[in-house]
Amino acid sequence: MKFATQLIHGGQAADPLTGALGVPIYQTSTYRQQSVDHFGKYDYARSDNPTREALEEAIAGLEKGSRAFAFASGMAAISSTLLIFSPGDHLVVCEDVYGGAYRVLTSIFQRLGIRSSFVDATRLDAIEAAIRPETKGIYLESPSNPLLKITDLRGVVELARPRGIITLVDNTFMTPYLQRPLELGCDIVLHSGTKFLNGHSDVICGFAVVGDPDLGNRIRFIQNAFGAILGPQDSFLTLRGLKTLKIRMDQSQQSAEKIAAWLQTRKSVIKVHYPGLADHPGHAVNAGQADGPGAVLSFELESYELTKQLLERLRFSAFAVSLGGVESIISYPAKMSHAAVPKEEREKKGIKDTLVRLSVGLEDVDDLIDDLQQVISR
Amino acid sequence: MNIGTQAVQIGLEWDTRTGAVSVPIYQTATFRHPGLGQSTGYDYTRSGNPTRQSLEDGMARLDNGARACAYASGMAAITSLLLLFRSGDHLVVTEDLYGGTCRLFDKVFDQFGLTFSYVDTSDIAAVQAALTPQTKAVFVESLTNPLLKFADIPALSSLCHDLSLLLIVDNTFLTPYLLRPLDLGADIVVYSASKYLSGHNDTIAGLVVIKDAEMAERVYYRQNAAGAVLGPQDSWLVMRGIKTLGVRLDRQQENAAKLAGWLKKHPAVTKVYYPGLEDHPGHALAKRDSRGFGAMIAFEVANHALVEQVLMKTRLISFAESLGGVESLITFPEVQTHADIPPELRARLGINNTLLRLSVGIEDCVDLIEDLRQALET
Repeated sequence: MKFATQLIHGGQAADPLTGALGVPIYQTSTYRQQSVDHFGKYDYARSDNPTREALEEAIAGLEKGSRAFAFASGMAAISSTLLIFSPGDHLVVCEDVYGGAYRVLTSIFQRLGIRSSFVDATRLDAIEAAIRPETKGIYLESPSNPLLKITDLRGVVELARPRGIITLVDNTFMTPYLQRPLELGCDIVLHSGTKFLNGHSDVICGFAVVGDPDLGNRIRFIQNAFGAILGPQDSFLTLRGLKTLKIRMDQSQQSAEKIAAWLQTRKSVIKVHYPGLADHPGHAVNAGQADGPGAVLSFELESYELTKQLLERLRFSAFAVSLGGVESIISYPAKMSHAAVPKEEREKKGIKDTLVRLSVGLEDVDDLIDDLQQVISR
Repeated sequence: MNIGTQAVQIGLEWDTRTGAVSVPIYQTATFRHPGLGQSTGYDYTRSGNPTRQSLEDGMARLDNGARACAYASGMAAITSLLLLFRSGDHLVVTEDLYGGTCRLFDKVFDQFGLTFSYVDTSDIAAVQAALTPQTKAVFVESLTNPLLKFADIPALSSLCHDLSLLLIVDNTFLTPYLLRPLDLGADIVVYSASKYLSGHNDTIAGLVVIKDAEMAERVYYRQNAAGAVLGPQDSWLVMRGIKTLGVRLDRQQENAAKLAGWLKKHPAVTKVYYPGLEDHPGHALAKRDSRGFGAMIAFEVANHALVEQVLMKTRLISFAESLGGVESLITFPEVQTHADIPPELRARLGINNTLLRLSVGIEDCVDLIEDLRQALET
């Protein structure tokens, strides 16, 4: 089945009881049992809910995994997945990882005895050098947030596999439409489903997807025991959002390519970070492992004054946290997504006070460029 | 204000723009900022959502705490609280804890170096004897599941406060309508809101209420960082449920008292656990600290064959996990809710293969008695 068809039909068979095309929203906490010895498939909604299950099956299918797990937020997916590690374990993490992931790793998991080293993941030699005997996981984003750096995922798998290290990839920016890390040999795919997967800026949710059944059982145990699950209404909304993933992504990506090219012609724009640009350092690697550069880009302006004006004067791009919605969203990583990273660390990683991140939505690209032009006039 | 009134009033203060008496469901992931460095008070729904906050604020008032936090499930609430601790810390906990809590302690947090001592927390000397220099908290259920032991919260709190230990109380079975642990000296109260608070067997949710503002900040930090938050639809449903908490519990308790008395006289019933019965060990304590005895009953039948018979033959009373809803539910704790407790401990506690747990709903009591009568008939 082709991707566009799978989005409509994968994991979403018509309701056998009524024929309804929409998956019913099972707003229930528990299920009546028929037998004392053999409980039905469903016994309690934290453990299993048919609406959530339909969504999990759909996501597993799209990511070419065997199982997917839906969580209350992207951070709940990340936190729950990290609980499969043990005290004393060490993780190698890409240095410009999302601020929320950085926070949970350095403040909460460190207290539980899990250590992390942050490295420039565009360099395989830097990743290899950070591996210790107790390294159990390599945690990546490709592209990374907000600098859109690209990691050679196949190269990392070659380092990790022989050492029995688990490779985890946050695939939020790409979605399975553009990149399927499990097919590249990675072990766990993570998502903030809040972003492109749901795509309407109206749900908070997260996913973990695996290929290996044993790893699946370990995450499943935590999902049920920790209980940071996604509710039925939000599961339904995400299924609904998923149906338009391909057409949304196609449109947004096309616009992003045009905007990136236009920004490059502006004198007051110092630098544009977008893997679709031929001069982006990760351009070739991304082209070899993904089917497109995505719809998020970031750029640096010549002054803080211009940055402030841009954030406050755009009409079509909402100045807000988050990304991946039908609405374009412009955000300010230094004070938003990466506020949890100390200033010194942040600047070392290139997240400057003049950097803005643009998530391109479904508005007409001419309107978006006109809107940018009224602030970035030269 | 009387607590019953406070419960009905939950959420009423909110929508000043339209005057709507029901809080709007803010199905949004993010919030537009008015300008750089400015915020409406809401940035991102994981961090704060007006619907969820309305529930949290209302719950903080009901329990007389500084702040409340809402989670994706009761287990997510407890897990998020456990993230307050670090490797090496020790907790003293109730021995007949809910099986899901027990599983979380023994199979997830145990491996992160947290240790737990299981004691009969209705025995203060036993709690004292279990303390070690590493002890950081005492975790009890105000009314235990399934044997309905009553905790002496004032005595536990004076012991804890002398030693600067946190006292955490799971108040799921009583709710603030009957007992307010923070008023009795506890520091943190936790709920599976899927039960009495939501009250309709249709939501999975957890709540935590914290007495002290500084501790509340630490709890909030983890709610946001680990991200196991409750979605807006489910937040709204819990508030909707809380509005009828008083009338529901009044009727449920009335039914439970009648059923407990009736069961006690039934020849096929060998033992009845209900705090409202004068010979129940916690009866005097319950009378002193609580406005009522709750609506949970556990009872033993003469032999195991009767267990299956009752579970299969009840018609109105559903054989299903969970409790606290308007519908009466019956469960078999040994294999359902408490399967994760080690068999030796289960046997010592009295959770055996003839024990049934009944969550009494708001049906007419005459019909409930008739349903049990025909189910017990040999």
